[in-house]
Amino acid sequence: MEKRTCLYDKHVAAGAKMVPFGGFEMPLQYEGITEEHNAVRTACGVFDVSHMGEVVVTGPDAEAYVQHIFTNDVAGAPKGKIFYGMMLYEDGGTVDDLLVYCLGESKFLLVINAANIDKDFAWMQAQRGTFDVCLENKSDVCGQLAIQGPQAEAVTTEVLGLNCADLAFYTFKVDVADGVQVVISRTGYTGEDGFEIYGPHAWIVACWDKLMASGRAKPCGLGCRDTLRFEVGLPLYGDELSAEISPIMAGLGIFVKLDKPSFIGREAVAAQKAEGPVRKIVGIALEGHAIPRHGYEVMADGQKVGEVTTGYRSISTGQSVCMALVDAAWAKLGTPLDICIHRRLHRGTVVKKKFYDKHYKK
Amino acid sequence: MSKVIEGLYYSESHEYVKVEGEYGYIGITDFAQSQLGNVVYVDMPGEGDEVTAGEPFGAVESVKAASDLISPVSGEVVEVNTALEDTPELVNEDAFANWIIKVKLSDSAELDALMDAAAYTAACAE
Repeated sequence: MEKRTCLYDKHVAAGAKMVPFGGFEMPLQYEGITEEHNAVRTACGVFDVSHMGEVVVTGPDAEAYVQHIFTNDVAGAPKGKIFYGMMLYEDGGTVDDLLVYCLGESKFLLVINAANIDKDFAWMQAQRGTFDVCLENKSDVCGQLAIQGPQAEAVTTEVLGLNCADLAFYTFKVDVADGVQVVISRTGYTGEDGFEIYGPHAWIVACWDKLMASGRAKPCGLGCRDTLRFEVGLPLYGDELSAEISPIMAGLGIFVKLDKPSFIGREAVAAQKAEGPVRKIVGIALEGHAIPRHGYEVMADGQKVGEVTTGYRSISTGQSVCMALVDAAWAKLGTPLDICIHRRLHRGTVVKKKFYDKHYKK
Repeated sequence: MSKVIEGLYYSESHEYVKVEGEYGYIGITDFAQSQLGNVVYVDMPGEGDEVTAGEPFGAVESVKAASDLISPVSGEVVEVNTALEDTPELVNEDAFANWIIKVKLSDSAELDALMDAAAYTAACAE
């Protein structure tokens, strides 16, 4: 039985096509993936992302503990700062990718993927060891909306009355809105400017209603969340990161701080970085319009050299493009590769895995 | 309510055949295009290729998913609708006007295994 977010009834009433995702019944689309995608690129869209998991870490050793399980470096970070990074297994494989919010000197909020909540929380508890920390899984009581697009700041300020214009990219504030404590952060998963807001269910539902009533934010489903993040080369756990795909293989080494004295998986990813990973996530642009999709084979010299992890005919550019995990020998920019699509080979070329420019407000 | 046209032959996998003499025009039904959503790519065989009843001959794709096209009849592809290469959305605008391939039928008895408009309308309502 899939779980439902606090906005389930709103989605159904809005005519959303509901699908199972990460253990939840989530809206795939309302009006259509293309319309919703374009709304986020050109105006403003709102996503229910209440399925995401939230874990709060507190205690005297909170910072040391986060440093131990997280690849990025939060040492001495000021309150209000956000870090993207990963939790790794000892062998360098990825447990999950996540955001870490610095709530105070000894308090952190970790935002994790819905499909991984149980696995991650069990992993976090197993890594406590002698750290003096308290871990609380708040996933079931915390709702979340993502308001994304070039008009996101105006909509969040004017429709929701939230004071967010002064937030820099990857920072947040804790605020009191309508009598409840909420978190507002300048983050997202679309490549556009935007905000993610966290709060209790009733407040999240009230925000959703205000946004719908205003007509200034189009309701957007997981369908366009994937096309948007894909176009700007952002990874999805399960596609471009997994227990088998390390952040080094995924080209996300800048979020792995090897100058930190230690963290779980450090030795393995340090070795991968030094020797070069055996496989890499690359971008591939196709010559025609055939559409590469997850799991399709990547071929070179008549041999399989990899698999597509995510692919689309880009809504923003019209070009057929994909990300793929390929043997390192075939990962250089400009390398010709074929993709097997519906029993035929289609010619492509390795390109940067960014098919559309990000428009962040920094 | 999706459109269904009298006089065409229909398959359970939502392709139609419009027969003109010894040729059949094969496409997807209005019901199929409405279920798929915006068509962004149509994968088609080449002229001269053989298609076989019950076997895939291409795919019609939305942003999110690819659906195999299953040929309702056997024969040689004599023409493909090249307009769909650049404007696949024509399938959404009028699925019956925008056929996908034209086939020279090799066995017109295969048509007997397909549904007529009334049977197909009933099948879609199930």
